Amino acid sequence: MSLIDLANPTRFLALTARLLPWLALVTVVLLAAGLYLSALAPDDYQQGATVKIMFIHVPNAWLSMFVWGIMSIASLGTLVWRHPLADVAAKAAAPIGASFTFLALLTGSLWGRPMWGTYWEWDARLTSVLILFLMYLGLMALWRSVEDPTRAARAAAVLTLVGAINLPIIKFSVDWWNTLHQPASVMRMGGPALDKSFLIPLLVMAIGFSFLFITLHVAAMRNEILRRRVRSLQMLQARAYTTSAPAGDATGRVVGAA
Amino acid sequence: MTALGALIRRDIRIALRIGGGALIGVLFFLTVVVLMPFAVGPDLALLTRLGPAILWLGALLSSLLTLDRLFTADHEDGSLDLIVMSRTPLELACAAKALAHWLAAGLPLVIATPVLGLLLNLDATATGAVALTLLAGTPALTFIGMIGAALAVTMHRGGLLLAVLVLPLSIPVLIFGVAASQAAIVGPLPFGAPFSILCALSLVSFVIGPFAAATSLRNGLD
Repeated sequence: MSLIDLANPTRFLALTARLLPWLALVTVVLLAAGLYLSALAPDDYQQGATVKIMFIHVPNAWLSMFVWGIMSIASLGTLVWRHPLADVAAKAAAPIGASFTFLALLTGSLWGRPMWGTYWEWDARLTSVLILFLMYLGLMALWRSVEDPTRAARAAAVLTLVGAINLPIIKFSVDWWNTLHQPASVMRMGGPALDKSFLIPLLVMAIGFSFLFITLHVAAMRNEILRRRVRSLQMLQARAYTTSAPAGDATGRVVGAA
Repeated sequence: MTALGALIRRDIRIALRIGGGALIGVLFFLTVVVLMPFAVGPDLALLTRLGPAILWLGALLSSLLTLDRLFTADHEDGSLDLIVMSRTPLELACAAKALAHWLAAGLPLVIATPVLGLLLNLDATATGAVALTLLAGTPALTFIGMIGAALAVTMHRGGLLLAVLVLPLSIPVLIFGVAASQAAIVGPLPFGAPFSILCALSLVSFVIGPFAAATSLRNGLD
């Protein structure tokens, strides 16, 4: 890693150190407002109060796909432009995306029990999101099984881009297959089908969760950069010892290493 | 073109002579099918109903088993480095290797299907339908699996990871393969629609597989 490459992460660290508290503040405010609005939202005439699971479930489900999209763009950055921060972004996003996916599955299953009478159904949307979760886990395993971070980055980037094929399948699964899960009602042709009293809290929660992702992502990226610095310092130290070992005296002490 | 032809001939010859690829895959396929009656009980009517799914799962698992050989042997004896360095584009070389691998390990699975269909009490139409869907679908399994094989070859202990990475990606192939076979057997949906999607999945994998595999090989080996 040359000095020029290091320059960019350093500026990133300096910038995000100032930005992070504000991001966290915005997240807290938005989520608090979203939760308040969700609590005020009326009960559904059919589903009763359980409809409010939607305000947690839908943002998680959106973000589970959004994070893979972010990782795909970052992977392009890794493979095409070799941007030093791109693979940091991709690596930091994977566990966060996996958490959102897991929460979407969990809340969906808790919502499914009173509505559909079952925790789990092998329906197209549910199954494709479960596959997304498995792919997140596989990707995390791939990151961990290659020792050198830059090589791991490029291997993971290939897999991320191949896995991005799953995103349109998830998005359109409810339209292509006629299944239990309800079809798209917010992002659809002809505007949202949802009533305003539900739509506004949902959108506030969605923006709040997006800011939660940005905050967590930036913090995770900072950790990853620092972790890599520690690693490269350790490598430098190890190299210094091995190269100067023959020059050490008989007792094995290294000359010049104070 | 001659270089690619030579590569295909060489890979097929190695697979057949060392005895690993082609025969061990079919043997594993047979074992999976034989295990099924022990698991679900020797009820012939039930086995008939599950037949296409069992055959597809068996083919999927045995193609996964042989995928490990696609690049590993060449990586160990150094010929993979020569292939990467040669003037032939690596994408084409990957496609040629995958084609050879399918001829040596995938096609025997398709040929073995009628015999295994007999064991599962499938009639002629059903066996034909499953064999046809396997013929259309196993190339997709090979070309998708090649991506995982290329990722795994560059790391230690990649075998288990290969399965974890490849299986989620092969689920659409499995879905439409079994759907087409079921449609041919019990209806009411037409056979053509899922079968066309299966063919489309194979064609897409012909495009994506070699590029993704070549990229990960180039990155992993330097």
